[in-house]
Amino acid sequence: MTTTSLTKTDDHSTPILAATGVTMRFGGLTAVRAVDLTVRPGEIVGLIGPNGAGKTTFFNCLTGLYVPTEGRVAYQGTVLPPKPHLVTQAGIARTFQNIRLFANMTVLENVLVGRHTRTKEGLASALLRLPSFRRAEQASKERSMELLEFTGLATKCDHLARNLPYGEQRKLEIARALASEPGLLLLDEPTAGMNPQETRATEELVLAVRDQGTAVLVIEHDMRFIFRLCDRVAVLVQGEKLIEGTSETVQADERVIAAYLGTPFEGAPGSDEVAEVEAAEAHQHTAQTEDGQ
Amino acid sequence: MTIHTTTLDGTSPPLPLSPTLARALTAIGTIGALISTFVAWTWTTSFPGNLTVTGYPGGLQLITLTGAVLTTVYLIVGYGIRGLRWLAPAGTSGPVLYLALGTLGTTWYTLLAITVDLGGLANLEPGGYIAAATTLIAVIGALGLPTDSATDPRPSPNAPGPPSWYRLRRALASVPPQRAKPLPVWAEILAIAIAFGIGLYLFTYGIDTEYAELFLGYLILTSFGFAALNSAGLIARLTALTTKHHNIALAAAFVAAACFPFTQDNDTYTSVGAYILIFATVALGLNVVVGLAGLLDLGYVAFLGVGAYAAALVSGSPESSIGVHFPFWAAMLTGAAASLVFGVLIGAPTLRLRGDYLAIVTLGFGEIFRISMLNLNGTTGPDVTNGSMGIPNVPSLKIFGFDFGENHNILGYPIGPFGNYYLLMLLVTAFVVLVFRRAAESRIGRAWVAIREDETAATAMGINGFRLKLLAFALGATLAGLAGTVQAHVTTTVTPEQYQFAGPVPPNSAFLLAAVILGGMGTLSGPIIGAALLYLIPAKLDFMADYQLLLFGLALILLMRFRPEGLVADRRKQLEFHETGQLDVPDQDRLPGQGIGITKAEA
Repeated sequence: MTTTSLTKTDDHSTPILAATGVTMRFGGLTAVRAVDLTVRPGEIVGLIGPNGAGKTTFFNCLTGLYVPTEGRVAYQGTVLPPKPHLVTQAGIARTFQNIRLFANMTVLENVLVGRHTRTKEGLASALLRLPSFRRAEQASKERSMELLEFTGLATKCDHLARNLPYGEQRKLEIARALASEPGLLLLDEPTAGMNPQETRATEELVLAVRDQGTAVLVIEHDMRFIFRLCDRVAVLVQGEKLIEGTSETVQADERVIAAYLGTPFEGAPGSDEVAEVEAAEAHQHTAQTEDGQ
Repeated sequence: MTIHTTTLDGTSPPLPLSPTLARALTAIGTIGALISTFVAWTWTTSFPGNLTVTGYPGGLQLITLTGAVLTTVYLIVGYGIRGLRWLAPAGTSGPVLYLALGTLGTTWYTLLAITVDLGGLANLEPGGYIAAATTLIAVIGALGLPTDSATDPRPSPNAPGPPSWYRLRRALASVPPQRAKPLPVWAEILAIAIAFGIGLYLFTYGIDTEYAELFLGYLILTSFGFAALNSAGLIARLTALTTKHHNIALAAAFVAAACFPFTQDNDTYTSVGAYILIFATVALGLNVVVGLAGLLDLGYVAFLGVGAYAAALVSGSPESSIGVHFPFWAAMLTGAAASLVFGVLIGAPTLRLRGDYLAIVTLGFGEIFRISMLNLNGTTGPDVTNGSMGIPNVPSLKIFGFDFGENHNILGYPIGPFGNYYLLMLLVTAFVVLVFRRAAESRIGRAWVAIREDETAATAMGINGFRLKLLAFALGATLAGLAGTVQAHVTTTVTPEQYQFAGPVPPNSAFLLAAVILGGMGTLSGPIIGAALLYLIPAKLDFMADYQLLLFGLALILLMRFRPEGLVADRRKQLEFHETGQLDVPDQDRLPGQGIGITKAEA
């Protein structure tokens, strides 16, 4: 009964993101194998997994940076074209694992670049400087400043992106991604290299983004961050989705613990053997001391 | 180590003299040099510029005189006289040292030139020896002045090298100027106008120099003089003013440039002016491609060639294979459109490549253009361009009955054909400046810079990388084609050999790229200044023609080592240099200290 009612509510809202059977092969190596993932409106979904599990590759498949070998990615029911700029135009924005800001542009300019898909002024309009150009430019600047206020970078709008401290560079990446007015925000390790305070601040920022109506899919290694934040968590191990569910389910799952910490191999010493060895050692020790006397 | 730290405190000068003695020495040297210019330096007039007269200075002596006068002015400002302090908002010791060095350089160069030209030191009159000695005394005195900067110039207290070297570097370093008193707007605009007036005068003087020795002497003093003004803080002031009144500064630059032909009696040097403008305009077009979008184009001169050939073919030249005669506006549109088409045709397949691959392919296409023009001669291909003969006798332009090939009197000043073309070209340059500026400060310009910075991130921001790169390529090509249409009429002959990858005469692809990099990538004034220098210096120093490319390479290496951002720094790069303490790059000299910490912890 409960399961049917769940599927019914699912049908009501079309998922923001529906990836079905996404497979990515590089030659003989299968980096991502038949992964299904859905993100519903207003959700924060976490994607975790050990290093090399294929999380970033999966992200790249979603955003059109890679063309998946098999499977399809749909945004609000329409299949996405495999071109990064068209994906962004459709409404998926992303940040990068290793920060990729436009280092020699100012903070404000970085966000203005993020507005690119939501503005239309072409070269002719820029050269003629028609009133419409000035209006659009003004509106873009205002919207960008709002985003900088939102992320707390407004006072630094004239600084070069490269001169920002690390934590603020991460925030600026999020502001730049939000500038394209996305329905879904993909965050690739947003707290990597941050101290606990900065991590808390990022957590609040992500929650605020969700409250504005943007769904979030986040890759992260910081488990506390993931389990505090996410409505659902998917675990990717060696390119395959191991499990998906609430924080509690995932945390309790033995396979997840095994994936992170490893499993004892067959014939690994049990507690009996350990006791036996210890006893033998103790015996030898006493024998040696007796000999000495 | 500790000795070094103590000796670099305060404002200790490179030479340990007392300030009073240093000032006195500088004053004696400078005034001695000033007087020496009124005495004969050599006995014969076979050295160009008459240096034999006792009583008034002549030729290169005038340059020394100017240097000495400027040094004196800054020496007087150093006494803190009211009403003169605005001349040196960042201190006077640096400017005095630079100017003394400049005077020394130009004077010793003159004496060396006399010795070499006339064959031996015997050709120097006592006046020459006095000049040599006094300028040296002035430099020694200037080296003993307390430095403007009080900061330790060393990257870290235990950096290697003798302390005197660092003291010299500190003496030459520029200090940020004190805060300017706010001026009324009219005074600021007046200051801009005067600055551009001086600039026009300096440029005109340089272009009008009649012999290479005078030009070199001028070049030495101007470079040091510029460094002195920079060290005095006046350049920073002027930059602040021009950024504040951007449009007025642009207008002033345009007016100053338009005044140039009116300062000339004949067409000898206006032709140089016209060629500089053509070169500068094409460099500015290339700056869209290289400076904004970051696409390294090594075959850019081909677009100038397309424009020039198109204009020559429709110019009504008797040798043109088409034999039509378009009015100039139509010829201009034809040239620009032909370049646009050519740009898109070359760009569409090549812009899928990145970095080095793109550079090689554009280099190839540049050469393909030149060789195609050579082969379209009737024997190895259809007869379109007359092969290596090119299209000669391009008729002079006539717009509304105004014949550009004739002499005219404008406002009572005689303006020759090159003067006419100079003024026409100036309009084209102004148009290109407008296009560049408006394109750069727009959504499209930002997208270009984003692609230059990180193409992957730019596409992830929704930028269609290929389309925007093609747009930059096409716009750059169109602007070059526009300049080409005028060039065809100025040179009156269009041949394939004008459009090589590298050659002794600018514009060619290598020199265009050099002008952009030398001047400052992504800036408006940079490529124009770079183009002016790169055209003027080889044109004036024709005796060095054999070594020109060697010297050119050497100059580029030195520039890249000491000022990689170019002569005019981009606003973004300026920000980069003015913001301190935020880089998360660890200071390398601290590492040994950390090493000690680790060993302690281990112990």
